[in-house]
Amino acid sequence: MWRILKQIARNGIRSEAPPEPSDSLRVGGERIQRELLDILGQALSIRQVDAGSCNGCELEINALNNPYHNIEGLGIRFVASPRHADMLLVTGPVSRHMELALRRTYDAAPDPKLVVAVGDCGCDGGIFGESYASCGRVANIIPVDVAVPGCPPPPLEILRGILTAVRSRISPG
Amino acid sequence: MRISGFSLDGERLPAPLPIWRATVRSETWQVLARALSENGGRLLTLWASDRTHGASGGLVISAAYAVPEGLLWLDLPLAERAATYPDLVPFFPCAGRLQRAAADLLGVVAEGVSDRRPWLDHGAWPENYRPLRRDQSPRAAGPHREVTDYAFVRVEGDGVHEIPVGPVHAGIIEPGHFRFSVVGEKVQRLEQRLGYKHKGIEKRFTELPALQAHRLAGRMSGDSTVAYGWAYCMALESLAGCEISERASWLRALLLERERVANHLGDLGALGNDAAFAFGLAQFSRLREDWLRLAKDAFGHRLMMDVVVPGGVTADVDQATAASLADQCDRIEREVQELRQIYDEHAGLQDRFLTTGRVSPGLAARLGLTGLAGRASGQAADLRCDRAWIPYDQLEVKIATQRGGDVAARVSVRFDELLESLRLIRLLLSRLPDGRTRSELRLPSKLAFGAGWVEGWRGEVFVALEYDGDKGAHCIRRCHCHDPSWQNWPVLEHAVMADIVPDFPLINKSFNLSYSGHDL
Repeated sequence: MWRILKQIARNGIRSEAPPEPSDSLRVGGERIQRELLDILGQALSIRQVDAGSCNGCELEINALNNPYHNIEGLGIRFVASPRHADMLLVTGPVSRHMELALRRTYDAAPDPKLVVAVGDCGCDGGIFGESYASCGRVANIIPVDVAVPGCPPPPLEILRGILTAVRSRISPG
Repeated sequence: MRISGFSLDGERLPAPLPIWRATVRSETWQVLARALSENGGRLLTLWASDRTHGASGGLVISAAYAVPEGLLWLDLPLAERAATYPDLVPFFPCAGRLQRAAADLLGVVAEGVSDRRPWLDHGAWPENYRPLRRDQSPRAAGPHREVTDYAFVRVEGDGVHEIPVGPVHAGIIEPGHFRFSVVGEKVQRLEQRLGYKHKGIEKRFTELPALQAHRLAGRMSGDSTVAYGWAYCMALESLAGCEISERASWLRALLLERERVANHLGDLGALGNDAAFAFGLAQFSRLREDWLRLAKDAFGHRLMMDVVVPGGVTADVDQATAASLADQCDRIEREVQELRQIYDEHAGLQDRFLTTGRVSPGLAARLGLTGLAGRASGQAADLRCDRAWIPYDQLEVKIATQRGGDVAARVSVRFDELLESLRLIRLLLSRLPDGRTRSELRLPSKLAFGAGWVEGWRGEVFVALEYDGDKGAHCIRRCHCHDPSWQNWPVLEHAVMADIVPDFPLINKSFNLSYSGHDL
């Protein structure tokens, strides 16, 4: 046990300041939490759906949970069911075989819901494009509020996209 | 040429590893398979191609074996359009799903197989559409359809019930379906249905310029982008007769070892977390983030995508960068040693790891378990040691093996390989030869075949490439990419038998197989 405590004490808290949302106002963690509460009345629950990615985007989404980005500290949580979710975070391209599962996941999430498409493939089909097996971008299948380009986008860009989608609730567009 | 005691009609491909390509007849196809299975040969992959060229050519089924001499790529031309070929499942069980995939993509069927269920085809493509046949276009084939149900094997008896999981999983993971048949908490049977991520990668290759397609190869499986990038480029360089500089080879190995470390750091944290040890996830994910940030600074991309390119690499390492990369190895090594001791001494963690998800060495050998998971079940194969190509021939890579075959063994192999890769990275940096980082690659003006074979972090990655430079065609005719997950997914079905359902996530993570790399 002392080894564990020593390791924890030696490393301390590594969490860094979150990024500013795209409307250029610099905000701190407290402000993000307050906004989430003001806009949603609760912490933000996200259901991640991999609709056919190469898994690169998932690696970077997972990195949001590491101590540096500490996304849970901002009041944002990845949940296990779409029924608990305020937002779907979808990576693509949407394969034909995931089209039905993605639609069902979307339908299972309660209204009002937000959708953030992550990665070049989610934005426009990326290198896989549209084909017999790929439906291309996420917006071809379900309505998308914010799309985050990048291959894969780094964790901070994904977080920025999430915050931008939440803000779009108060100032649409 | 003579390979494994057989006289074959073929040639050696100009690749840094010994790769032989030969054409065989139907009788030899099966005789060879039997002989190789009895003498320790391994089936690496199996795929079909449409080699119709005007009025000549036709369908071909190919297999790649790892044999004592190196890699043996066999082509069996099929007589007619609807031709069949001898079944390899009796000799290599892992051929089953590969043969079903070949049937889905090209309509070629193994003779006498009992399992004819489609594998990658979920019924959504146009009717009778075989995507890799040259005479078919999806538009002409008709409309897309609804996906169909899958005929899972039913387990019957008192108290048996089924738990369906997926395709959308409850974490930040790739999609696939697992059907558990359980009695109480005990798993009687697990059956997988994969192919949800099938996005037509092999068809897409034929639409991209050969000098650009390394980007697609690098997205077969995002966590193995360097391994696939290198394997694809090796295949292209081999068919073009392009020899890359020594420095480029060393830099590729540096990237490959860094990719191995990044994945092991991520997995070791996740494995702790799946055994309810959140401390492990916090510590290892911190180290992984440090690792990725320096990758971004040194190579311009956190996951090092598109750094390996045809003819060499895009990034060079100057002295300052080399020093910071080596420093980071020292830092990470100290922390990993400390964390390993914590993992080893943590009774609760070891209780979850030990004996869980066990694959005995005998079962592993029979089913063809490969790569990291294979080494944890006594299958001592690692290309970096067995076929040490440049620069591994100068590094004396130490293979990591265990015989326990449980989650604890796979954790242990990860720790050993992580520490060995840190040693290799420092060695690569200290002895990096001078020279340019990229050579010119001139594509041939004829039909040519190339192959690439690389030991990625998960296991052997293989790329077979057929390029047509004839009469201004300049196109990839076929590019088959193989992920070691094809071998290991079926073994996972065995690993969970008699364990309890709540141990599945832990067992699954200890293998950490690729869905995207498998689904193509």
